[in-house]
Amino acid sequence: MLELKNVSKSFNGKMIINKLNLKIEDGKILTIVGPSGAGKTTLLRCISGLEKIDSGQFLLDGQQFDPFESRDNESVIGVVFQDFQLFPNLSVIDNITLAPINVLNQSETQAKKAVGEIIDRLGLEEIINQYPYQLSGGQKQRVAIARALAMNPSILCYDEPTSALDPELRNEVSKLILDLKENGITQVVITHDIEFANKIADQTLTVKPVK
Amino acid sequence: MFNIQYISEILPSLLSGAMMTLQVFGWTIVGSLILGVFLALGLVSKFKPLQVIIDAYVWLMRGTPLLLQLIFVFYGLPTIGIVFPRYEAALFAFILNYAAYFAEIFRGGLQSIDKGQYEAGRVLQMTYWQTTKKVVLPQVAKIVLPSIGNEVINLVKDSSLVYVIGIGDLLRAGNVAAARDVTLVPFILVGIMYLVLTGICTFFLRRVEKHYSYFK
Ligand SMILES: Nc1ncnc2c1ncn2[C@@H]1O[C@H](COP(=O)(O)OP(=O)(O)OP(=O)(O)O)[C@@H](O)[C@H]1O
Ligand SMILES: [Mg+2]
Repeated sequence: MLELKNVSKSFNGKMIINKLNLKIEDGKILTIVGPSGAGKTTLLRCISGLEKIDSGQFLLDGQQFDPFESRDNESVIGVVFQDFQLFPNLSVIDNITLAPINVLNQSETQAKKAVGEIIDRLGLEEIINQYPYQLSGGQKQRVAIARALAMNPSILCYDEPTSALDPELRNEVSKLILDLKENGITQVVITHDIEFANKIADQTLTVKPVK
Repeated sequence: MFNIQYISEILPSLLSGAMMTLQVFGWTIVGSLILGVFLALGLVSKFKPLQVIIDAYVWLMRGTPLLLQLIFVFYGLPTIGIVFPRYEAALFAFILNYAAYFAEIFRGGLQSIDKGQYEAGRVLQMTYWQTTKKVVLPQVAKIVLPSIGNEVINLVKDSSLVYVIGIGDLLRAGNVAAARDVTLVPFILVGIMYLVLTGICTFFLRRVEKHYSYFK
């Protein structure tokens, strides 16, 4: 379980997140909804350690931890970026195994074996040797998810997972997220789309811009 | 005079001139590419004073003629007690000059990489250097290759500027023969040899570009 206690964040004196308290239960899906500029992305960037919070605390399974400083491979927060940010110079399989090989010091064979199940689950077998430019948006997203899952994250975060895709793919994304939930993965999903949020959420956080 | 015998007579001296041209070319490429990468990393670093200094350096090197820089190093610096032998003076001036161009090219390449790539590396627990090495530099290499290629071709030709400080390169070898034998032939041969050199460079550059065509 991830717990946020009194988390605050401002940019150049402008308060974006004000004393936020939040609990994210294991194996559940939290959606974060709210208008543009409300600070949804900022919150996700704080949770995943891309921004330093001004004050407050994070507790992971009761242990205090600082995602901004943490280099601990046991408390990884995975992120699926809005524009995926796949590595264009690497094939799908190399995108997925890059971090396990370089960070977890697995051999190439080990790493490939270890991600076999993830590749299976996300239906990527056919495209593992392709490069990102050859993939459709939906495929890119599944690769981004696989890449994040390969590091065995405690939580997987998505920023607007439906925004870069054709609207007809929306149902597929919700199916995918619910399927990962079946497999016990804790997920945080930012979205503009209330209907989509309602379909997947165990818990919803509605954020508003700080006045 | 355009006969095989004459050509074979002057060819050895032209070839030894070409060797000198190749040496200047080769060492300049190695030295200036390495220096250029470091200068570029300085240019994109967050340390302002370093940026300003390198910016001024690049401006100076690109804003004045290479010929002037060469003359300055070989004939100018000795007047204040800094003496370089000819060959060293040439390499010194060429490396400093070309490094400035390469730094500017690499800077552009580094800046064109989405910051999100570093962030993607970071949330995967990779270090800055791991991401730079495995993800960013291969992309930069692909982006800068055409511009680097242009400079490489320029350098083959620019290397003839060492003529003015009395180095026996290809151009000088040709000029000596032409003056002695009162004929155009050596100049034509010299032209052909430059064409061959630039042709070989173009061929290798294409090969490298092709190597990087596997991604977009
Ligand atoms: N690095 C930054 N520096 C300064 N201000 C920032 C920075 N990042 C975000 N902001 C500001 O913080 C506020 C919240 O931005 P954020 O991107 O978190 O909103 P959001 O809820 O994700 O919006 P959207 O739905 O449009 O994606 C905005 O006013 C934005 O201008
Ligand atoms: Mg956002």
